Amino acid sequence: MEPTMDAALFYMFALMSAVSAIAVVVSRNIVRTAVALLFTLVGVGGLYFLLHAEFLAAVQLVVYAGGTLILIIFGVMLTSKSPFSRYEPKLAEVVIAISLGLVMLTALVAAILRADFGRPRQLAEPLAYPVDKLGQALLGDFLIPFELASVLLLVVMIGAAYLAKARRKDSTTGEHG
Amino acid sequence: MNIGLEHYLILAAVLLVCGVLTILTKRNAIGILMGVELVLNAANVNLVAFNYYTWSGTAASPLLSGQVFAIFVIVLAAAEAAIALAIFLNFYNNFTTIDVERAQNLKG
Repeated sequence: MEPTMDAALFYMFALMSAVSAIAVVVSRNIVRTAVALLFTLVGVGGLYFLLHAEFLAAVQLVVYAGGTLILIIFGVMLTSKSPFSRYEPKLAEVVIAISLGLVMLTALVAAILRADFGRPRQLAEPLAYPVDKLGQALLGDFLIPFELASVLLLVVMIGAAYLAKARRKDSTTGEHG
Repeated sequence: MNIGLEHYLILAAVLLVCGVLTILTKRNAIGILMGVELVLNAANVNLVAFNYYTWSGTAASPLLSGQVFAIFVIVLAAAEAAIALAIFLNFYNNFTTIDVERAQNLKG
């Protein structure tokens, strides 16, 4: 890809995710927050494409934007009496949070601009990051975490089903699952 | 105009700060969960950007540790969202609200 095209795409996706991340912070309506989070996730997925992590970009779009966010929106629908319920934070909390955020951002950006991240990648090298290498890494060097992740997903599935079932038992007997 | 590692890191810093601010200011438990997702995404952007820009391995067999880590983070985030929502549903069932300020049964 040409450098200018690359830069334009980067700024487009970066602006998209940064602006909607700020919208996640300032929006007081939980449904709008969820929609803003969707745009943030899609923007980050686009950045993965620019970083030649195509498989990761697809996973981001399918699992995050398609799965996790739908789960969150279902949670919003199941837990709010009206879809526009608001929980206003106290003013002091907002002031403290904004000042803390500014301090954090300044410190992080200053640290990033001063840090030396070692030798930069040579752009003359071939950029191909074929997905088969990723598969070999997952089933080679990272085999044990990969298998542990499958056990984790099974545990999570059973745990979430149990918690959802205990919810119904609670309402009839008053016992905590 | 070349896009370097610093651009991605600064974007990730913005996402991280937004996530932390969301966690701090939201009183809706699901809003806090969204803040956690933002923080995890910021970490993922860092992992993938470092994987891409600090090249290691050979052209035939590049080291993809950053991308593999990012995949595991996505898996863990999905699992965490599922469990957190089940807990929130229980909480909503007991308190008929998901305002985290109401979760103070253990307060002395």
